[in-house]
Amino acid sequence: MPTERRRKTPEELLRECQAEERAAVKKGHLKIFLGYASGVGKSFRMLDEARRRRERGQDVLVGAIQPQVPPEVEALLRKLEVIPLKQVDGGLAIDVDSILKRRPVVCFIDGLAYNNPPGLRHATRWQDVQDLLDAGIKVVGSINIQYIAELRDQVQEITGKKITETVPVAFIRSADEIEIVDAPPEEPIERTPQEQLDAKRREHQLSKLRELALVLAADVVDHELQRYLDEHGIQQHLGAQERLLVCITPRANVQDMFDSARVIAERFHGELIAAYVNQTNISPEDRESLEQKLAVARSAGAQIEILEGEDPVAAILDFARSRGITQLFIGHSQRSGIGARLWGNPVDKLIEKSAGMDVRIFPQ
Amino acid sequence: VNDRVDMAEQRRARLKIFMGYAAGVGKTYQMLSEAQELRSKGCDVVVGYFEPHSRKDTIDKASGLEFIPRKKVSYRGGAFEEMDTDAILGRQPHFAVVDEFPHTNVPGSERAKRWEDVQALLDAGINVLTTMNIQHLESLNDQVWHLTGIRVRETIPDWVVQQADAVVMIDLTPRALLHRLERGVVYGREKAERAMQNFFRESTLVALRELALRQAAHEVEHRIVQDASTAAAADGRAKDHAQHRILVHVTADPQTAMLIRRAKRVSDFLGAECFALVVEKTTDLAHLPQPEREAIGRHLNFARNLHLETRVLEGEDSASILVDFARRNEITQIFLARPRVRKWLPLFYPSLVQKVAAIAKDMQIVIVSGRGNPAKY
Repeated sequence: MPTERRRKTPEELLRECQAEERAAVKKGHLKIFLGYASGVGKSFRMLDEARRRRERGQDVLVGAIQPQVPPEVEALLRKLEVIPLKQVDGGLAIDVDSILKRRPVVCFIDGLAYNNPPGLRHATRWQDVQDLLDAGIKVVGSINIQYIAELRDQVQEITGKKITETVPVAFIRSADEIEIVDAPPEEPIERTPQEQLDAKRREHQLSKLRELALVLAADVVDHELQRYLDEHGIQQHLGAQERLLVCITPRANVQDMFDSARVIAERFHGELIAAYVNQTNISPEDRESLEQKLAVARSAGAQIEILEGEDPVAAILDFARSRGITQLFIGHSQRSGIGARLWGNPVDKLIEKSAGMDVRIFPQ
Repeated sequence: VNDRVDMAEQRRARLKIFMGYAAGVGKTYQMLSEAQELRSKGCDVVVGYFEPHSRKDTIDKASGLEFIPRKKVSYRGGAFEEMDTDAILGRQPHFAVVDEFPHTNVPGSERAKRWEDVQALLDAGINVLTTMNIQHLESLNDQVWHLTGIRVRETIPDWVVQQADAVVMIDLTPRALLHRLERGVVYGREKAERAMQNFFRESTLVALRELALRQAAHEVEHRIVQDASTAAAADGRAKDHAQHRILVHVTADPQTAMLIRRAKRVSDFLGAECFALVVEKTTDLAHLPQPEREAIGRHLNFARNLHLETRVLEGEDSASILVDFARRNEITQIFLARPRVRKWLPLFYPSLVQKVAAIAKDMQIVIVSGRGNPAKY
């Protein structure tokens, strides 16, 4: 990847500042175990970590357990110190005051997505956890992908269940570490045809939830990587994420480009960006056509960037480099024949200078 | 409805892969836990191959399981041990545990690769549990090199992994993995220190892990799409025709391997068919110097290994022959390597890319570029 000298974009400067701030106000460390269904073994994996830490001599406390636990989790809990949830007005909540008073080094919270009973300081449990973190306590928590606020609609579509207790994705993203629990047990039992069909249906649902969980975990890891690179002053894009940039011009046939870009972005779980380079002497017809094209971009779910620059090719490439674009989408050049040969066309120029990215040229 | 269930019952044995992003994340441990669970439910489980790496926890997990003794193989005066596939086939268990899926067998073994041994077990109706790291997936080879600076030699074609019934991601945070290394759980102390300077730098681990998570998500998505189209076919609905057909231009250029991988990855993602085409003056390549001829042969073999259909066509003008082939075969995307020469001379020497772009304005053309040099931290 090129690490050539160039002016930093405002976005990069902002990230640098954020990295510095983070380092300055770093409080408790948050680790999350993320699963895609109940029964994959989140509680066991998390509390097994508590056991191992305790055996290594760390000061470990369990601040929340699930209402019902399987025998293997119960066995783990017998080896651990637990501050039970407190009963408030017919509901249960973490006993924040007792935990703060006890001040463990690491506190384990099994189940982050619970609403608190009314009348408490916070409405939800994850906010209580934030208090523990602010007090400098390291928190290890578990959550099921079905309880992420922003995914609520998708989850409801997949499972048909309505979810009322959720955690915002920003809280998950703020985690210092995330670990995915992804081990559905092998089912050796022979079943009747009807049972097999039901199992198939359930498997399909679970697969979709699992995909959501894996992508969320990958996003969190991507942020973690970016943070690491920023903190070490490395201007390089290393993540495994595909980032697609569609270049819009007034004459481009954008429908095909966006149809294709959307499918690729979905399949690769990538980011989709559309950019056009602002031109001053643009005709009213071109202006109108541009607006239509931007509307297509928006409906394909692309982020839209308007770039400035004398040389459109340079503007696109600078932007692409700063965002770690992996695939560039452009239309075939309209120029051909001797004119193109003499002056070169912009598509050729773009290809020549876009080392490190794939360029996908579309029919116009 | 019954037909579909019958189809499901007739299919061959199940393959389950425990996928990780580095040594020490706990793949083998998880696999053995599952083997123990199966055994406790009364299933007939044997261990076909197990690499203990002198890790105590893992060795404990294997206790009580039935082991099929390894086969002794001698090669160039050295003694080696390989999985005894014939013995497992003779024993006919319900489940076989086979560690290190990407392993290459000692030359002279019946099959070159362990994944081929596993294939034989599956064909015989034996369910297999196995382990691998994401780095060994063929289509990710360039990306892994870019992230780690290491060119992984033992790779598994993607179609082998895609036919698995389940791919389970074994996850562990890089920090926890580094702690394990420091405590000497994964390797001995000395080897651990060396490892931490190379492959096990935190940033490398984080990047590999992201790669693994995205790949796992992709595997899940791939299966959802496939199940949906199988179901549609079974219901008598119109079969979803592959919308895209991809053509890769194969030459002696070393970039070709990367080009094939990228094209194959995109065609897998899109469910497209993929062709590899060589255009040379003679189809037997006799006019070429030996190194080039061999390179083209290697690239064609590589393409066939990844299940691409390959062709060699005769002609002088590569661009027009490529485009002509594309038109006749309803190709929608042509994959070409980025031209190597830095300075273009458009007037006198249009590059292949320019020529193809000029005459195939009705097709998508993808110019593939290496992702640059490996990361430096």
